[in-house]
Amino acid sequence: MKHLKVSIAKLVKIEGLTITSVFFALMIVFVITAPRVFTGYRIYMSFLQTVPPLLILALGLTLVITAGEMDLSFSAIIAFSGFVFCYIFRTFGTPWLAFILALSSGALVGFINGWLVAKVGIPSIMATLAAQFFWNGLTILLSGGLSWNIKEIRPYFIHTLFVGRIGGLIPAQSLWGIAVAVFLWFILNRHTFGEHILFIGDNEEVAKVMGVNVTATKIKLFVFMGVISAFAGVLLTLEMINFWTTQGAGLLLPTMAAVFIGGTSITGGYGTIIGSFFGAYIVGSLEAGVVASGIGGYWTRLVTGLVMAASVSLNIILNKEKGEELKEKIKESIFIKKGGKRSSSLKKGI
Amino acid sequence: MPEKRNFKNAVKMNNIEKYFGHTAALKGVNFEVGANEIVGLIGDNGAGKSTLIKIITGVFPPTNGEIYIRDKKIPLRNYNVKQAYKLGIEAVFQDKSLGEKQDLWRNFFVGRQITNRLGFIKVREEKEIARKIMFDMIGFRGVGISAESKANKLSGGERQGIAIGRAMYFDAELIILDEPTSALSLKEVRKVLNFVRKIKESGRACIYISHILSDVYEISDKFIILDRGEIVATIKKNEVTLKKLSEFMLKYAHGK
Repeated sequence: MKHLKVSIAKLVKIEGLTITSVFFALMIVFVITAPRVFTGYRIYMSFLQTVPPLLILALGLTLVITAGEMDLSFSAIIAFSGFVFCYIFRTFGTPWLAFILALSSGALVGFINGWLVAKVGIPSIMATLAAQFFWNGLTILLSGGLSWNIKEIRPYFIHTLFVGRIGGLIPAQSLWGIAVAVFLWFILNRHTFGEHILFIGDNEEVAKVMGVNVTATKIKLFVFMGVISAFAGVLLTLEMINFWTTQGAGLLLPTMAAVFIGGTSITGGYGTIIGSFFGAYIVGSLEAGVVASGIGGYWTRLVTGLVMAASVSLNIILNKEKGEELKEKIKESIFIKKGGKRSSSLKKGI
Repeated sequence: MPEKRNFKNAVKMNNIEKYFGHTAALKGVNFEVGANEIVGLIGDNGAGKSTLIKIITGVFPPTNGEIYIRDKKIPLRNYNVKQAYKLGIEAVFQDKSLGEKQDLWRNFFVGRQITNRLGFIKVREEKEIARKIMFDMIGFRGVGISAESKANKLSGGERQGIAIGRAMYFDAELIILDEPTSALSLKEVRKVLNFVRKIKESGRACIYISHILSDVYEISDKFIILDRGEIVATIKKNEVTLKKLSEFMLKYAHGK
């Protein structure tokens, strides 16, 4: 029994193993409940086509949440950067300029977010909520509330590069999703920027004392998130060859669900890219899976809720460290009610 | 034998003042720490000890005043934590020295990572040095603790050991210990005090902050007593007994 416990403890330490198992278990369930759909390759190609924007957003958001911050503005960046892309392309007919300016627009939104959070000191959840309304509003204003078709972009190389079909089958965006995942894994786990994010999320005071430039790191982080969101926005616009003003709105909650299903800690200081990767694919495949299983589309959200609750619980129960951390949090909050010292992470109002 | 240092004071402060808004945290503070001197900094809660330490370590600048490090005046405009590291000043803060959820090897090097040109961390190298610090420099014998352990697996004494080992590795000339023994068992307190002696033996300087007067008395060469942002006394060890020092301190106890 003790041996079993030790080996489970060792296995849980492998990043994202829990959620990877949940993902494959879910796929097996779908193969059983909807064999006609899930034994063919088409459904998987459809996932690879539709999930990448959600996946890329979830990967970026993983870094933000690991730093103990939150970003609610990325859904507006999806719309805004999509608009910038379409507008520049239709006006000048140059897709690469459109692409660069779209990413820059994301960077601009991110910079303002970061500046408000790190310099002015507004809690990120509020600053980015305001940003979400503002940039969404601006997009509607500039586009006149219309959706714009850009089917002229189809023959361009940029379309093939980002959303073409490799061998006439595999959607290119799925490979871009993997590339972003690999890149961000190295950033978070092997780069000084990622290490600074980990320490800021863990304890901002410690980070400061150890010589981490907290303000600069946070601004960089939000700019990073802005650029990543804009990239996701361009992928979405290219795939749909269409821009519409609410194109990011449906992605906000699923993205957050993907990150938390993956096992990233809401308290900051721990984030898992592999977890978010499979989290995104779980969230993105649930709807199709539930519908194909024949229990009806109305059940999708309910099942998403169940899967999220189950994965988060599993993560906490299996990972004793996180269980202890949760206990610590509860103790801390009781301590505060008694009028004790406030910890820095709670001061931020999250 | 202690190495001979070619400067008189590890740190010297002239007329340091610090205001937070209109509240004065420090008023006209003058003090110095010799090149190989252990200074006990004592004072009640809110006396300004932490503020003073944060100024020395570059966490924030003073409102007014001058700081000399190794007898050289420091331009305060660009003095920060990184600068303080470069000048060999290291602090071990009470509960603020380690990132709880992070691996120990990360805790050793955060802010001073060994990287390639693109800023990617050389993990193997960092882990190797972390192991050397833990097992060779500070003689770490925690059960089942390795360089890959998380900081929250360590006891209070072990944490101090890690932070102190880090300071030694980075060649600190002045090591500041802020309440290093407040949460420790008696046995672990002895370990920490022995380490402070090692600081002295190696020719380095140390500022030791503690509420426990007997500990401070045992290891310090000089006591600086801070009260409500002002230095009320500077006493050499040979001028006072522990009993007299305790009686003296009681005068400045404002709490209940």
